[in-house]
Amino acid sequence: MLRLIKNLNSIWNKFKNDQKSFWEELEEQMVASDISVNTTGKILAEVKKHVYSENINDIEKIKALLKEQIVEILKTNGGIDLKMSPASPTVFLIVGVNGTGKTTSVAKLASMFKGKGKKILISAADTYRSAAVEQIQHYAEKLDLDIVYHQKFSDPGAVVYDSLEKAKARGIDLVIIDTAGRMQTSYNLMEELKKIKKVIMKRIDREVDEILLVIDSTTGQNARNQAELFNDSLNLTGIILTKIDGTSRGGIVLTIKNDLGIPIKLFTDGEKLDNIHYFDPVEFTESIFS
Amino acid sequence: MFDLLTNKFENLFYKIRNKGKLSPGDLDDALREIKLALLEADVNFKVVKEFLENIKTRAIGEKILESLTAYQQVVKIVNEEITGMLGSTSSGVVFAPKGPTIIMTVGLQGTGKTSAVIKLANFLGSKFQKKVSIVAADIYRPAAVLQLEDMAKNIAVDVYSESNSDPISISVKGVELFKRSGSDVIIIDTAGRLQIDEKMMKEIVGIRSKVNPHQIFLVLDAMTGQEAVNIASTFNQKVECDGIILTKLDSDTRGGAALSVYHVVKKPIKFISSGERIEDFDIFYPDRIASRILGMGDILTLVEKAEKVVSEKEAKILEEKIYKNELNFEDFVGQLRSIKKMGSLDKIFSMLPIANKNRIFKKINLDDSYISRIEAIINSMTVEERRKPHIINGSRRKRIARGSGSSVSEVNKLLLQFSKTRQMMKQFSGQKGKFNLPAGNL
Repeated sequence: MLRLIKNLNSIWNKFKNDQKSFWEELEEQMVASDISVNTTGKILAEVKKHVYSENINDIEKIKALLKEQIVEILKTNGGIDLKMSPASPTVFLIVGVNGTGKTTSVAKLASMFKGKGKKILISAADTYRSAAVEQIQHYAEKLDLDIVYHQKFSDPGAVVYDSLEKAKARGIDLVIIDTAGRMQTSYNLMEELKKIKKVIMKRIDREVDEILLVIDSTTGQNARNQAELFNDSLNLTGIILTKIDGTSRGGIVLTIKNDLGIPIKLFTDGEKLDNIHYFDPVEFTESIFS
Repeated sequence: MFDLLTNKFENLFYKIRNKGKLSPGDLDDALREIKLALLEADVNFKVVKEFLENIKTRAIGEKILESLTAYQQVVKIVNEEITGMLGSTSSGVVFAPKGPTIIMTVGLQGTGKTSAVIKLANFLGSKFQKKVSIVAADIYRPAAVLQLEDMAKNIAVDVYSESNSDPISISVKGVELFKRSGSDVIIIDTAGRLQIDEKMMKEIVGIRSKVNPHQIFLVLDAMTGQEAVNIASTFNQKVECDGIILTKLDSDTRGGAALSVYHVVKKPIKFISSGERIEDFDIFYPDRIASRILGMGDILTLVEKAEKVVSEKEAKILEEKIYKNELNFEDFVGQLRSIKKMGSLDKIFSMLPIANKNRIFKKINLDDSYISRIEAIINSMTVEERRKPHIINGSRRKRIARGSGSSVSEVNKLLLQFSKTRQMMKQFSGQKGKFNLPAGNL
């Protein structure tokens, strides 16, 4: 990904001859990066305003204006650092639709915080998918982490309760909860997540420190629906954008941030456990144009 | 799926419906709306461009602007073009003329290959009475083999797996073994891979050349964005796919990727997978989906589903009862169970030809536990009460409420609903020959 508008130069000659088609092609390229039509329109309206009021006819200046608008949308007040609670354990809840890479992201997050010297416990609350527990167990063994799991089809709320009890008893710093994938429109499964959240809040007596939605960067406009409905149910604190080593552009995060205000906090880009990074709006935007 | 697209067209056509004649400006407005709708549904922008050109050319060529039925004709053209984009006919299942049919599935990580393989195995087993076996060739993702074995156990399908070996030799050995043991269909489940990962792509090319599958299916997530076309093209270049299995079509997926992929790669969408249950898998019918995009519902699929769960004899008896106004709670609960067998309520709802589904969808909560609650209330009735609902008085209502863990007002609501249903069904039954859905008013 990260090549949102690589072809800007190739359409530049149009700017001089036929401005209407220049803007149309720019719009197409942005939409082709999975930025929604609305967000694209908003960004281009701002850029055009400057271009025409300041009589700009330099491609570099137009690029700079575009970057500025994109950074403006992506940047967050208060930073993107994951919140660590002064009272242990800190709790991260990881949610998302099927196949976005939740379990792998949990392992990568664990690896990241283990590197910072934290004592971590993995809560295997995906009791639904076949072999989900075995998959996360594999990572826990590899990283030498505590893990709590129950039998298949058992109540995920009970797994979470148990995890938090054990975490307190063992002096754990951070509990990362892996949940089953679910469609955002599945009423019952979304209710189940709300219940899990309640279980956590009751045990720790505060808001869950991070509730992170995992979004596959290959996803198109539906990612916005995912973010909206998961947010309605859970009040998300951020997004993990996965698989950006692929060829998709992940432009939908612009729309999610613009429409819903949910910050993109992390991204993952490979099969290795250290392929996880904090999301930097400026870096992200720069790489779009490079 | 395709809900948004459907809504957009509905709104658009509502606007121009009453005008009769269209001005050139109206046509441009319509095209602009169609463009937005398709882009928001993740149809590839190049495909959208081509699509709009085609519609415009046809609209002008067929002189629809001069016609008094311009609205209907635009609908017709759009419908035909969308169907064309999705492939005009369903391509069905192809089996090898001799010996077992070998199928290989490929795709990106997380598209749902393993679930699709299990569902396909179940589908071919139950619908075509084939003996299906699976070769587990994903040695990379932790516990992938275990997942496959666990799911295969539920449908009594054999799995070949091997530790400390490579996917190519696993595939060769697995296929040999199942050929000898008399399988009709052998499916190879491969690991998820990025289409730009040369080394991993070489692996499936290797499996292909050693095993010579009769059918190679690309498993594609229906929620994929603009990149779907490139993903499908690359996989197709490397291993020459025969078709596509489109997954995760439940939820509010608009599924525009499906439109573009067929159009660009020219490989048909063979199957769709749309839910957590093993039975949520079917052959893909382009014309039905196109009708749905245009707000005409997917009645054909619904009828098929209804036919699967309600026998003709049952339907006859019921019709008789309705006609005599003898419908009782025993029939009612039977109907509810039939509906449950057809799938989740929101899925059934999505197939109905109702305008502005999304808006309605937000208001009513299509919760499947609703049916269970009604069942609980009916189960708390005595046999006599079920057969003669009119005897249910105040104290009986209280008892039923207590017995089913519901409130008296919930029981009242059900009784009221029931008597309304009875009236309505009586009215429907007067119109002989009309299409009757089981419990059609739900």
